[in-house]
Amino acid sequence: MSRSNIWLWSAAVLTYAFLYIPLAIVVLYSFNDSRLNAEWVGFTLSWYKALFNNTEMLAAARNSLIIAVCASFSATLLGTMAGLAIHRYKLRVLPVLVFTPVAMPEILLGVSLLLFFLQVLNLTLGMVSIIIAHTTFCIGFVAIIVRARLQGMDESIFEAARDLGASPWQTFRLVTLPLIMPAVVAGALMSFTLSIDDFVITFFTKGVGEPILPIQIYTMIKVAVTPEVNAISTLLMLLTLVMIIVAFQLEARASARTMSRNEAGK
Amino acid sequence: MIKEGAKDARLARFLVGGPPLLFLLIFFVAPSLIMILTSFRFPGEFGGLAPVTPEDTAAGEYGLTPEAYQFFFSDILYAEIFLKSFVIASTTTLICLIMAYPLAMLIARSKKRFRNLMVLLVVLPFASNFLIRIYAWMIILGPESGLSHFINAILGVFGIAPVTLLFSPFAVLVGMVYVHLPFMVLPLYTNLEKHDPSLLDAAQDLGANSWQRFWSVTWPLSLPGVFSGSALVFIPVLGMFAVPEILGGTGDILIGNLIKDQFLGTRDWPFGSVLSIMLTLAVLSVAGLATWFSRFAAGQRA
Repeated sequence: MSRSNIWLWSAAVLTYAFLYIPLAIVVLYSFNDSRLNAEWVGFTLSWYKALFNNTEMLAAARNSLIIAVCASFSATLLGTMAGLAIHRYKLRVLPVLVFTPVAMPEILLGVSLLLFFLQVLNLTLGMVSIIIAHTTFCIGFVAIIVRARLQGMDESIFEAARDLGASPWQTFRLVTLPLIMPAVVAGALMSFTLSIDDFVITFFTKGVGEPILPIQIYTMIKVAVTPEVNAISTLLMLLTLVMIIVAFQLEARASARTMSRNEAGK
Repeated sequence: MIKEGAKDARLARFLVGGPPLLFLLIFFVAPSLIMILTSFRFPGEFGGLAPVTPEDTAAGEYGLTPEAYQFFFSDILYAEIFLKSFVIASTTTLICLIMAYPLAMLIARSKKRFRNLMVLLVVLPFASNFLIRIYAWMIILGPESGLSHFINAILGVFGIAPVTLLFSPFAVLVGMVYVHLPFMVLPLYTNLEKHDPSLLDAAQDLGANSWQRFWSVTWPLSLPGVFSGSALVFIPVLGMFAVPEILGGTGDILIGNLIKDQFLGTRDWPFGSVLSIMLTLAVLSVAGLATWFSRFAAGQRA
């Protein structure tokens, strides 16, 4: 190993440590038998028990799940359409509208939607306003993923389908959709995690009625920190981890299938 | 037949592109326009807005006014907060760059089958909840934490009074770096991965040492990645309010906190809109500069 490589490795190990140690501490203290996140006292599951007896937290988790399912469904639908349209047609306005919300500081979207909901729609803030807000910023992420998949594909497949007499709808249903399916699923999973994790936009578009998970966590952090926060954090990390692994497996299996099909075609 | 095909294509284009376009016109463009309009209105007596038309006789003020803009430019305090946000954003970007560059270089030089795993390991913490990642630093920097005890013990040896790490500008900076680091690693890696290793071999054959090889080959070639990573870190930091709110002290107020207060605290919507518009302008100029620089860097190479 050369000297510059040793430098690179030590810098990289430090960066990885910087990324992982904080999260490891959160997980570790969720099992700690002490109210303070200061030193290790002993193993306990009581913070998890307290969490499952916390009805408001459970309601918040349920609400956040409903929001994430609805928002990721509509964002996947609209985002896939946007990705297809941007790839296929030379559009000028749509790409700007789709990608700007992704690049902007979240607070700007949150604040402008707050003004819009209250002034124009006269909407009582709540689950519906949050679902709309989450859909707005998730569309861009789905569109990016779907477009990237389309860009990597051979255009002649679609031409072949058309030459064989397939209508645009048939081409879409029988050729395009199966090919972009991994990207659509990845986009849906990504929107789901973005929605369930989002704090800033939720903070501005939430109502007073229903508890929402990130808002509950925020209140707990601001008002009274107990290791219950660590317990809910650990569970959320586990959920995201599972979703990422599922997305990866799907993607790997899909690309393996595409490859074997290509092999068979030869 | 051909004509029908063209008609079909137009219909398909309308059906595929129409719904997302309509949705974003309503829920992205319209709210932005409403915000611009709001910035020219009078604040209501109890928060919210005063009417535009004088039909409500009870209302004292109505119509449109540049008052909120005048207010913004009349007090140096707001310029200072914008400046402070820029300083924090630049410092965060610089630290992220220094931490991310060696890692991105290492990933780009690793064997192909390890690369995806190493990238995944960078993204994975990023998938955990944003608030949890900030909360983790509350624990680490807290007054009873091991790190605090350790640092204060060392300071004590030199006779320096103990410091509090949490609720300080330092804590804000650490949190900002932690939350945004992956945004820097990914574009850098994507850029560095494309470099042709034979360029470095050529430089070595010409007698350049590893330091010279880095500064005259790798670094200039990586500038587009550096600029896009910097924009991806700088822009969200500029609008961040949660990190200063949770990890910072009362004095560590940034643009984001100011905006949040106008909408959820003092409820001065017109002034909050002015602040948001100023933030938008700042973001646009930063994004424009980054695009220009990376084009310039790419153009110089050609």
